Amino acid sequence: MKYLMFFGMLMLFITSGCNGKTKTDNKEKDAQPEYAEVQSELGDQVKFPIYDFESFEPLLYKEDDKTYIINFWATWCKPCIVELPYFEKVNVEQKNNNVEVILVSLDMPSMWKSKLEPFVEKKDLKSKVIILDDPKQNDWIPKVAEEWGGGIPATLIYNKDKRSFYEQGLTYEELNEELNKFIN
Amino acid sequence: MKTLKVLGLLALVVLLGAFSSKFTSTDAGYGIGDTATDFSLKNVDGKMVSLSDFENAKGFLVIFTCNTCPYSVAYEDRINALDAKYKPLGVPVIAINPNNPEKKPGDSFAAMKTRAAEKGFTFPYLLDEGQKIYPQYGATRTPHVYLLEKTSNGNVVKYIGAIDDNSRDASEVEEKFVENAVDSMLAGKEIKTTTTRAIGCSIKV
Repeated sequence: MKYLMFFGMLMLFITSGCNGKTKTDNKEKDAQPEYAEVQSELGDQVKFPIYDFESFEPLLYKEDDKTYIINFWATWCKPCIVELPYFEKVNVEQKNNNVEVILVSLDMPSMWKSKLEPFVEKKDLKSKVIILDDPKQNDWIPKVAEEWGGGIPATLIYNKDKRSFYEQGLTYEELNEELNKFIN
Repeated sequence: MKTLKVLGLLALVVLLGAFSSKFTSTDAGYGIGDTATDFSLKNVDGKMVSLSDFENAKGFLVIFTCNTCPYSVAYEDRINALDAKYKPLGVPVIAINPNNPEKKPGDSFAAMKTRAAEKGFTFPYLLDEGQKIYPQYGATRTPHVYLLEKTSNGNVVKYIGAIDDNSRDASEVEEKFVENAVDSMLAGKEIKTTTTRAIGCSIKV
């Protein structure tokens, strides 16, 4: 019974999350097992919010007064791990300058529980960590930055006035140097 | 005075160059229609391999890949399948590991041998020793595919990018970019999608 309620809530959650797509009732019924499977694969206990590109895209175009540093990384990407502490440091140091760091993990679903969660815990990451899970990379990569070939680490810095994209690792100095072009 | 001016100008050019190249190192490399360089690189069987060795080939699938990148690993079976399908049609797979083994011990020549044996690679798996070849192609990540067509003027780049549109799950692929490109090339038709992108591991230099 408890399981059923849980499932029901899940379905409610799923259907409410699909408002953008117009589906007939019939189709939705057909799709149910598939969705349920995807959802259980995602695991309701993954500690970080999971986005597909459609839901993620608005995070790249916020028009408030903040400067956002969006870093694309994964636990298996060594140069990403190397530069993470710099982003962590900047996130703390620049908080008062209205700067927010968002760490976008591109880890694969099988790694979320086994790699990503333990990593974030062990490194005690304070910046916001989210998961971007969208296999249609060829569609969404150019929407992040036209010049991005798809390699990581990659970082987008933007505010409502300008944006810059870096398909490379950044040192602490480089990150500050680039950030200064936004906040000064 | 004139030399001073020239010197100043030179300094400016050098400075500008230094600044502009700082964040644009990935722009180099081939575009569609360029002629790709041949190479002579060591295969996991110890022999040197060049594109010119394949006298009867109609083209090549040059794939920059490695042992250690999860995306490369996810594509190993699909790369074997590409070779099985297209080698008989004259377009063999030539895999090249562009990573510097000193930076990535898991991509050493010995590790490449082991991986090739484990996965039963049916294609050459070459080490880009000194990392001279991948920058000429402009590969930025693994896996990164270059489809070449052999012509009387050399090997012409016909497609650059990902193998298909779903790195995670071969069974959920909707568009087989590479297969479509090779099929079109062999049929003498225009290739519809000539460049694609995918998340991959940056090449370790």
